[in-house]
Amino acid sequence: MKVTISPAPHIKSQQTTKKIMLSVFSALLPTGLWGIYKFGIHAGYVILTSIASCVLFEYISQKFIFKTKVKISDGSAALTGLLMAYCLPPNISLWQVCIGSFFAIFITKECFGGIGFNIFNPALVGRAVLLASFPSAMTKWQIDGITSATPLGILKEKLTGSLPSYTDLFIGNIPGSIGEVSKILLILGALYLFRRKIISWHIPITYILTVAVLSIPFKQDPIFQLLSGGLILGAFFMATDYVTSPLFVKGKIIFGFGCGLLTVLIRNLGSYPEGVCYSILIMNILVPLIDRCTKPRIFGRKR
Amino acid sequence: MNKFKGGIQIPERKHTKNIPIEEMPLPQQAVVPLSQHTGLPAKPVVKTGDFVKTGQLIAEATAFISATLHSPVSGKITAIESRLHPCGYNFDSIIIESDNKDETVEFKGKNPDKLFPNEIVEIIKNAGIVGLGGAAFPTHVKLSPPKEKKIDSVILNGCECEPYLTCDYRVMLEETEKVFSGFNLVMKILNTENGYIAIEDNKPEAIEKMNVIVKEMKQHPNPALPAKLKIVKLKTKYPQGAEKQLIKAVLKREVPSSGLPMDVGCIVHNVQTAKAIHQAIYEGQPLYERIITVDGNVKRPGNLKVRIGTPLSQVLDYCGGFTDDVKKIIAGGPMMGITQFSLDVPVVKGMSGIVALTEKESKHYEPTNCIRCGKCIDVCPTGLVPTLISRLVEKKRYEELKNYNPLDCIECGCCAYECPAKIHLVQNIKLAKVMIQK
Repeated sequence: MKVTISPAPHIKSQQTTKKIMLSVFSALLPTGLWGIYKFGIHAGYVILTSIASCVLFEYISQKFIFKTKVKISDGSAALTGLLMAYCLPPNISLWQVCIGSFFAIFITKECFGGIGFNIFNPALVGRAVLLASFPSAMTKWQIDGITSATPLGILKEKLTGSLPSYTDLFIGNIPGSIGEVSKILLILGALYLFRRKIISWHIPITYILTVAVLSIPFKQDPIFQLLSGGLILGAFFMATDYVTSPLFVKGKIIFGFGCGLLTVLIRNLGSYPEGVCYSILIMNILVPLIDRCTKPRIFGRKR
Repeated sequence: MNKFKGGIQIPERKHTKNIPIEEMPLPQQAVVPLSQHTGLPAKPVVKTGDFVKTGQLIAEATAFISATLHSPVSGKITAIESRLHPCGYNFDSIIIESDNKDETVEFKGKNPDKLFPNEIVEIIKNAGIVGLGGAAFPTHVKLSPPKEKKIDSVILNGCECEPYLTCDYRVMLEETEKVFSGFNLVMKILNTENGYIAIEDNKPEAIEKMNVIVKEMKQHPNPALPAKLKIVKLKTKYPQGAEKQLIKAVLKREVPSSGLPMDVGCIVHNVQTAKAIHQAIYEGQPLYERIITVDGNVKRPGNLKVRIGTPLSQVLDYCGGFTDDVKKIIAGGPMMGITQFSLDVPVVKGMSGIVALTEKESKHYEPTNCIRCGKCIDVCPTGLVPTLISRLVEKKRYEELKNYNPLDCIECGCCAYECPAKIHLVQNIKLAKVMIQK
C-alpha cells in the first residue's frame, strides 16, 4: 500500500485564496451591473477592458519579465481590474483604462513581488495615476446623456445644481464612478462578505463612523457624506484589502480611523472633492508601522 | 459561557459516537515500546525467554518523570529489540508472544479511605498510568506538585475536540462511575475543594450522565470527599481540550508562558486517565489497555478496548480493513496525529485513535503566497503571528524569530487548518522552535 506521510494537521479548511477572490468578485457584481444599466454599455466595456488588461499584464509580467509561475488563475488580477473599473468614470476611453491597469498590476503589484507583497492597493494606484494623468477625462460625469457634477462636486465647487435626495444617493440615481453609485447594492455585497467571514467589521465600520462623526465639526451633513463619493465602496472593498491593510485587530481600527480622518480632511480642505482613494493609499504606507506597534498579547505573557 | 481566544470550528465527523466500546481479541504478538510517555524510557526487568502474565511488571521507571510498563498479554518474551514506534522513530521494545491464555497476575484492589494520599500516588505510579489524552505525561508527577504550589482546582477534561475521535465520549457514557470515582480520588489526593467536569456542548448525553451522578453525590454527601463539584458546559471548538486553553475557559486563569497548570493552582486530567486511576486503586489493575477510536475508511469503524502493544495492522484487520483507497493512516486525530508508514507499529498508551483517510479527505494543496488575510492570527489560541514566523523561517532570518515567541506555540494546527494560501504554518513554526533552541 502506498501511503502519504505528512505533518499535522491532516485536514484543511475548504477556503482558498481563489475562493476568497471569487466571493469578493461576486459580492461586487450587482453594483457593476447597476452601473452598466445606469450609465450605458460603455461602462460595461470599461469593466471588461479593465479586467482583461489587468489579467494580461499579470500574465505577461509573470511569464516573460519575472519568469515566475503564472498565477492569474487565483483571480486576484481580475479582481483588481474590476475594482479599478468601479472607481473610473463611465465614459473614460478604453486605452486610458489600459494605462491604469499597467500601473495597477505591473508597477504596484508585480514589481513588488506579486500577490501578497504589494504595499499599495493596486486598483487605487491605477485610479490615482489616471486622475493625475487625465484630470478632465476622470472628472467628466454623464448620466442619461447629460453631463453633470457628482454630489460631492456640487458641494465642493459650490455649484447651484440641486443636491440629490438621500433615496437617490442610496439607490444610485446619481452621476459618479461606475461601481460606487449604488450604495444599497454595495452594502448588500458587503453583508455577504461579512457572512462568509471574508471581511471583518473593524476597518469599514471604524472608517465610516469616523467620517460621519468628523463631518459634523466641518458643518457637513454626515448622512450625505456617507452616501456620496466612493466611501462605501472604499470602506468595504478597498480599505479591507488583506494585503495592504494591518494584520491585527487593534491595527485595523487605527487604520480605519486614519482613513476616515484623512477622507474628511481631504474632502473639506483639499482641492479634490473626494478623498477616499488618497486616504487609503496614504494609510497603506503606514501599515508596516501600525503592524509593528499592535502585535497581540501572547497567552500567558504580560504585554 | 467562558472561553479562550481563537480556535476554530471543524466539521465534527464523530461518526462513531453511537457505537459502544467493543473488546478486541488479544494480539498474537505484543510490541511494548519502553518509551510511551514523556520523560525517560523505562528499564526492562524481564529478559528474553521469560514467561510473563498479563499485568505483570515488565519494565520499571528510571526517573521521577518516567513510567512503568506491564505486560498486556500472558506469554513468552521473545525479544527486547529496537522496533518502529508510532512517532516515526525506532525505540527499544519488549516483544511478547501471546499464549492466548490471558492469565493475569492477581489484582488486589484497595480501599483508598484507608490510604494516605502519597500511598495512593505510589499505587498510581506502580500502575504505569500516564495521561491518556495524548501527551502521555506520567500521572504520578502531576499528582505530586511541589509543596509551595497549592492546588485548589482539578478539572476533568471531557472535551474531545479532535474530529473523528469519540473514545473519551464513550468512556464517559459507559464507564461514568469509574471516571467519576477516579476523578474523586484525584481530588482526594490533592485535597482540593473544587472539581470541574468540563464537557463540550456537543456531548449532551455525557453531560446528562455526569449530572445525574453529581446530583446523587450532593444528596448523599460523602464526608471523606471534599466535593464542590461543578459541571462546566463548554463551547464546541477546537482546541477546547488543550490543557491551558481549558483552564482559561473553565477558571479564567492563564497559565504563564512556559509554565505548568500547577502554577495557577490547577491540574487537568483526561477522562480515560481518571478511569485508569480508579482501576488501579479499586481493582488493582495496572495500565495495559486503553480505548481507542478507529474511524475513516474502515469497514467497521468503532471504539475498541485494545491491549497496549497490539499492532495497528491487527486493529485494522479486526475493523474489516479499508473500504476505499486510503492514502493516510493517522495515529491520533487528524489535527495533531502522526501519519504512519507502517502498520507494524503498536498501539501505545498515548494513542487515542486510528483514522484512515482517502486522498480526497486529506487533500494536499500547494502553498501559495500569503495574502495577509490574518486568519491564522485570529484563530491562534496563543496569540502568535504564524504568518510572520513562517515568513522569517522561510527567509532563514532566525535572529528575528525570537521577537515572535514561536516557543509558545502549542502546535494545535489551527493556523494551518484555516490558511487559505495553504502555507505549512505549523511545520514552519516547529522548525522555528528548533532553530531558536540551537
